[in-house]
Amino acid sequence: MNWAEVGPTRREVLRAIGMMAGTAVLYQAMEVLGHAKETQFAGPPNLQGARPGTKVVVLGAGLAGMLAAYELGKAGYQVQILEYNNRAGGRNWSLYGGDTYTELGGATQKIGFSSGNYLNPGPWRIPYHHRALLHYCKAFGVALEPFIQMNHQALVHTSKAFGGKPMRYRELSADWDGNVAELLSKAIDNRSLDSVLTKEDADRLRIALRDWGALDQDFKYSKYYRASRRRGFDRPQGGGVLGEPIPSEPYPFKDILDSGIWRIVSQHMNLDHQHSMFQPVGGMGMIGRGFAKQVEGKIRFNQKVTSISQQGGKVTVTHTDTGTGVVNTTEADFCVCTIPLSVLSQIDVDCAPELDTAIKAVPYSNSVKVGLEFKRRFWEEDEAIYGGISFTDREISMISYPSGRMHSDGPAVVLGAYTFGPASYKFAGMTPEERIKVALEQGSVFHPGRYKEEFIGGAAVAWSRVPFTLGCCAQWNEDTRKEHYQRLVAVDNRLVLAGEHASYVGCWMEGAILSSLDAITRLHKRALEA
Amino acid sequence: MRTILLMAALVATPTLAQKPAAAPPAPHPGAIVYQNICQACHMANAMGGEGAGKIPALARNGALEAAAYPIMVVTGGKGAMPWFRGSLTDQQIADVITYVRSNFGNKYKDKVTAAMVAEQGVPAPRGGFRGE
Repeated sequence: MNWAEVGPTRREVLRAIGMMAGTAVLYQAMEVLGHAKETQFAGPPNLQGARPGTKVVVLGAGLAGMLAAYELGKAGYQVQILEYNNRAGGRNWSLYGGDTYTELGGATQKIGFSSGNYLNPGPWRIPYHHRALLHYCKAFGVALEPFIQMNHQALVHTSKAFGGKPMRYRELSADWDGNVAELLSKAIDNRSLDSVLTKEDADRLRIALRDWGALDQDFKYSKYYRASRRRGFDRPQGGGVLGEPIPSEPYPFKDILDSGIWRIVSQHMNLDHQHSMFQPVGGMGMIGRGFAKQVEGKIRFNQKVTSISQQGGKVTVTHTDTGTGVVNTTEADFCVCTIPLSVLSQIDVDCAPELDTAIKAVPYSNSVKVGLEFKRRFWEEDEAIYGGISFTDREISMISYPSGRMHSDGPAVVLGAYTFGPASYKFAGMTPEERIKVALEQGSVFHPGRYKEEFIGGAAVAWSRVPFTLGCCAQWNEDTRKEHYQRLVAVDNRLVLAGEHASYVGCWMEGAILSSLDAITRLHKRALEA
Repeated sequence: MRTILLMAALVATPTLAQKPAAAPPAPHPGAIVYQNICQACHMANAMGGEGAGKIPALARNGALEAAAYPIMVVTGGKGAMPWFRGSLTDQQIADVITYVRSNFGNKYKDKVTAAMVAEQGVPAPRGGFRGE
């Protein structure tokens, strides 16, 4: 490529700035050029100057609703939140010992986990670039700790390879890289890449492949020291007489191919799953609790919304107290509605026909999570697995070891199932007891002799049967985005929608936060213009 | 999030072989689809449920009288309910509708066929699913 024709690349400009000025200048420059800015969060909205006495009713005390109430309250609005559940947080939720949960259909679970243990039925991890959520966690005093996503010592199981024996992620991923590096280096030797690489670059790539894939001096991925430094030794390094390690034999490439390991490797590569990730100390529900403290006294619980009217220059919300059955109305000048579309589509909403159509156009996904409590952390004590995920092609899809309170004694809870696709429907169709039983059976492939034997009790949440959402989250596609998204997020007279469904960060708490901030900023503008 | 394209394969999986002594009659093919998919929301007894919103009961449901209606809903989805065109075969959709229309207190005798689903069903959306 001709340098003079295309000018310096962005990287070259950045390098130049970096050399001439400090890192701060480089960082600012990166922002201008559009790098180093993973989310659309530019700081809290700083809304000001609400007309005195202006009322806003917020529907839903999930993260989107509580944040809207908090920021609008700061701006001077009188805010009232109506919430269906008897608790704040919405899908941000942890089930602890002593909790009772009744799903649609009536099945009730009394959670028996010991103190401090929990299942996060919904969100369970926070990417480092979800800056808006991280900002409010800090602002609201929600303590975070690392969430272990990738663990080289965790296991990968498939019925299609190694006779169904779970293998270490570390061995499979090392063997994948090593074999690919060896094959590519062979292709260079065979001059197969001559048409796309100069001789000089081919040589450089060959050397790079030896480093990257841990190949030996002959460019082979073999049983020797360097490869074993990645995949592990047959006899590990030690001290004294028998200190010398014995290298291990890589697995045949066909087995590695059969294992489908690249699918697991690439899961960790996804921007949403890259290190670092976080979780709140004590369960995801701590975020909901932290938000709720900021809007204390403003939430009215156990209120089932049945209609939203915009007649007569105001918003009138009709709601029924689920405990007493008493029907009430709440009037306000404006409304922020964070009710999931799965529920909102069944409520009489007085709005433009296009918005009504949009509300009814988005189906909801399903998933099932199962928490299994064990007497002790045998995965840590016996196998040196600290946090992270073991993957399987069984219906449970994975088990995840707790990232909190590592290296402690006593019972701990493993995420025993996180289902996708058809498995979610199958699991949701079972009773909670059956889900726990099947999860225990399927997951025992990873830790035979311990998993069933040291099991204490479980909890299972099927999102299609969750009374306040009837599903997981909004399932957009390119067609529905094109047709309905802009109508869904637009302010409709005195009403604006917010929540993960009104974002492009669907299914994530960050989507709810960003949607809420955008919605209230536009609603505030509309209120000042009114 | 993964697509639900594997669903057809899943519900097509044969059930475990029965012991020769018992040899109960083979379950209705629609019952297998119902148990693996539909009862996740509509419940094993087809009574649905009600929370902040409602999952309609399919039991004794007059809206099932005209087969065209359940065909439209199962193939095209409705509100929170996803569409199943493309993840279930037309035959599976026909089977499960036939099963529901003749069970759970519903007594509609006419059988729904794959040809009817092909003709009256809503095409799977081009955009497919796109999620996490």
